Amino acid sequence: MSFRTPLSRVTGLGSAKSGTEHFWNQRLTALANVPLMLFSVWLVISLVGADRAQMVATFANPFITGFAILAIVSASIHMRLGLQVVIEDYVHTESTKWLLLMLNSFFAFGVAIIATVSLLKLSFGG
Amino acid sequence: MVQLTLPKNSQPKKGKTWPKPSGSNVREFHIYRYDPDSGDNPRIDTYFVDLDDCGPMVLDALLYIKDKVDPTLTLRRSCREGICGSCAMNIGGLNTLACTKGIDEFKGPINVYPLPHMPVVKDLVPDLTNFYAQHRSIKPWLQTKTPEPRTEWLQAREDREKLDGLYECILCACCSTSCPSYWWNGDRYLGPAVLLQAYRWLIDSRDEATGERLDDLEDPFRLYRCHTIMNCTNTCPKGLNPAKAIGEIKKMMVERAV
Repeated sequence: MSFRTPLSRVTGLGSAKSGTEHFWNQRLTALANVPLMLFSVWLVISLVGADRAQMVATFANPFITGFAILAIVSASIHMRLGLQVVIEDYVHTESTKWLLLMLNSFFAFGVAIIATVSLLKLSFGG
Repeated sequence: MVQLTLPKNSQPKKGKTWPKPSGSNVREFHIYRYDPDSGDNPRIDTYFVDLDDCGPMVLDALLYIKDKVDPTLTLRRSCREGICGSCAMNIGGLNTLACTKGIDEFKGPINVYPLPHMPVVKDLVPDLTNFYAQHRSIKPWLQTKTPEPRTEWLQAREDREKLDGLYECILCACCSTSCPSYWWNGDRYLGPAVLLQAYRWLIDSRDEATGERLDDLEDPFRLYRCHTIMNCTNTCPKGLNPAKAIGEIKKMMVERAV
């Protein structure tokens, strides 16, 4: 039994005064992902059947490696922001929600860093 | 997790089939019935309405049933002309006003349920306490700091026109209760109706609290739970566009931040 007024329940802890940056970054990375994903698909297709030497030669080009890293970073940020919204939408048990939000961040950062380091390693000759 | 299925004691069962009147122009109605005092599950009762003895709207049919078949059927209604918003309910799978929805717009039996995902007080009457409190929370009145003029606050014609498509909202809650995001997070997300009302005050040229209003709305849940699903605009019985109003609020947020 609670005697809190409906208005008190609705106003709750007040406005977080944030969310616009999240909204903006999600749109920004979405826009960036259009050319970056097209580039990634082209890159993968162009490397079908290539041996290691050809790979190293391709990724020695800083533009190729640079754009590949941009694609990884942009996609990871977009994935993290998007999954965060999905978790907040559907998971309402506080402990589970926090755990999933943390795992989501760890996963996105992990993917981005490991992929970037791998690309750089390849770019500098393996 | 969000509850994707109804709890066992809320699942509707097949209910009573009421007597069919004689006559050739008879329409079948399946109506959600729930009596909190009985402790029983909700049930779907089947009624038959003689359309030759009844007005053209779904509300007329509901009142026909209440007057001539089953006086225990409970519903809200007042103006019977689409301006009070009392008779908002889910008819034929879409939230709308019973008083402005024609029976002839449907083929076959017509399903009538209360507004989705709201606590049910009885039959077709939802509990909108939270919805009204959310409306109250956005301070839906003119806020000014300049000393009041001796006559009215003036507004240019073009500024007044910005309120068209917004002031017509009757707060029937059809849009908010059609929104999945509002279903899952209705305790924190303000929902399309309240956000449309918020925008109505945000773009009022006479209002001097635009910044404070945006501050109050800038929240991952209050505003940004809108994922442009567009059910709100699809269902609005007044033909308004809450999704666009929410989009405009988001634009204002970006405009003041970027």
